[in-house]
Amino acid sequence: MLRLSGLSKTYADGTEALRDISLQVGKGDILALVGGSGCGKTTLLRLIAGLDIPSSGAITVNGETIKGPHPSIGIVFQEPRLLPWLTVAGNVGFGLAGLPPQERQARILHALEKVGLAGYDQRWPRELSGGQQQRVAIARAFVTEPKVLLLDEPFSALDAFTRASLHDHLLLLWAETKPTVVMVTHDVEEAITLADRVVVMRPRPGRMMETISVTLDRPRDRLALGFDKAKRRILHALDRSLQPEKAAPTQKGADNASHWW
Amino acid sequence: MTDTMSHSDQQHSVDPRDPRSLRVKGSNPSRSIALAGVLLPLLLAILWEAAIRSGWAVGRLMPPPSTIGATLWELAKSGELQLHCLATLGRVLAGFALGALFGTMIGAAAGALVVVRRLIDPTLQALRAVPSIAWVPLFILWMGIFETSKVALIAVGVFFPVYLGVAGAIEGIDRKLIEVGQVFRLSRWAMIRRVMLPAVLPAWIIALRSGLGLGFMFVVAAEFMGASEGLGFLLVDGQQMGKPAQILASIITFAVLGKLADGVLVMVSKPLLLWQDTARGAL
Repeated sequence: MLRLSGLSKTYADGTEALRDISLQVGKGDILALVGGSGCGKTTLLRLIAGLDIPSSGAITVNGETIKGPHPSIGIVFQEPRLLPWLTVAGNVGFGLAGLPPQERQARILHALEKVGLAGYDQRWPRELSGGQQQRVAIARAFVTEPKVLLLDEPFSALDAFTRASLHDHLLLLWAETKPTVVMVTHDVEEAITLADRVVVMRPRPGRMMETISVTLDRPRDRLALGFDKAKRRILHALDRSLQPEKAAPTQKGADNASHWW
Repeated sequence: MTDTMSHSDQQHSVDPRDPRSLRVKGSNPSRSIALAGVLLPLLLAILWEAAIRSGWAVGRLMPPPSTIGATLWELAKSGELQLHCLATLGRVLAGFALGALFGTMIGAAAGALVVVRRLIDPTLQALRAVPSIAWVPLFILWMGIFETSKVALIAVGVFFPVYLGVAGAIEGIDRKLIEVGQVFRLSRWAMIRRVMLPAVLPAWIIALRSGLGLGFMFVVAAEFMGASEGLGFLLVDGQQMGKPAQILASIITFAVLGKLADGVLVMVSKPLLLWQDTARGAL
């Protein structure tokens, strides 16, 4: 399905953001990327979305190499990024310009209903709360029925209750077309709630450190025993990812660690 | 548990089917505040009128409102006022159209392409610093004393604010919105039409408004160059003939025309900017 092989990214100023990322995500799988800041999570998503070009390595979707933005890849950014001059319906249908008006309208209304915003189609983005705007952004990404959906910390600016409700809406939409999902998050519980696999990344340069499978049944209960176990494993891996690489921590390394936490 | 959560972020919103439910109420107070703006000039006019009627002032150089009104009325009755207004409006419109067109095109090129900006912006900035009146002798030499030189002068006045506004707006388009267009693989033209143009629209309209304002300033300079009609001519004529009431009458007409022209521009652009998230409604 989605395959990353030997992906590296070095920026023009010499900063090495990502080193040798190889990953394979099956159809309909949800993969979460977690890690400290500066571990290249967002860079990785931008490469898959075709918004940046990798320095080396390749990205393929169903065997097709990705060289730029691709119709089968959708993305939800950290901010809603709605176009303020379009109504909610106009924003959701932004990527459907080629469709006949009736089908376009039907798809827009369906997606809005799924994210719990039925009746909001003629509103302006400025009239919506942050959580509602982000739901419009999610609808906009889903409505084109991408095969791969990228989520770049889309819930990070929201409060815990709104976030939990958006997780439900997201899973509801995901269940319809079962796209492959790659999401970046810094919220370990969010990763376990949503993902089949959690990849812990190590910063500077960004590398993959450990992959943890989450095999709990959906819908996932935060209070279940398995949930807590998975959380411990990921937190432990995160802890190690932020340790200096050599086993014996030097004075400098300890400083680094305290800087991270 | 999830059921209560799913409604948590809409708890403050009102009926989604009524688009007005979120608008700020209270248009009546804002209307009475707008009327308050008329109060001060009205009061001053009444005081001046009273001062002259009571013999407290003579008002030879500063005629009372009644005399100015009478002058305006006579000018209107003889058809002179309409003639002068039309002449002035025609010049402003022609100059505005030219200046706005070139300002928009060159501003767009400078905003979008670094090469163009590096090449032309320093020159234009230097030219912008030249006072409007300084062009008058040159334009008369080049284009004669008739309409061409006048329209050209107004166009120069309109050009600079429009150029600056458009170039700045295009330069300042949010990269994040451009990326949304890229993700949906908009063609270059579609990107301009669906993302860039709407994004610069508010700034463009503000630039046009300040351009129009400058157009009305430059038309006076243009009509000082020697004109046989136009409100600027009325001004000069009033000075030469020693008729202060006529000068004041044309000044008032200028104010009304300028305000009306701006009002028309605002009205035409209003439906295009309904989406804007500004504080105006709440102030």
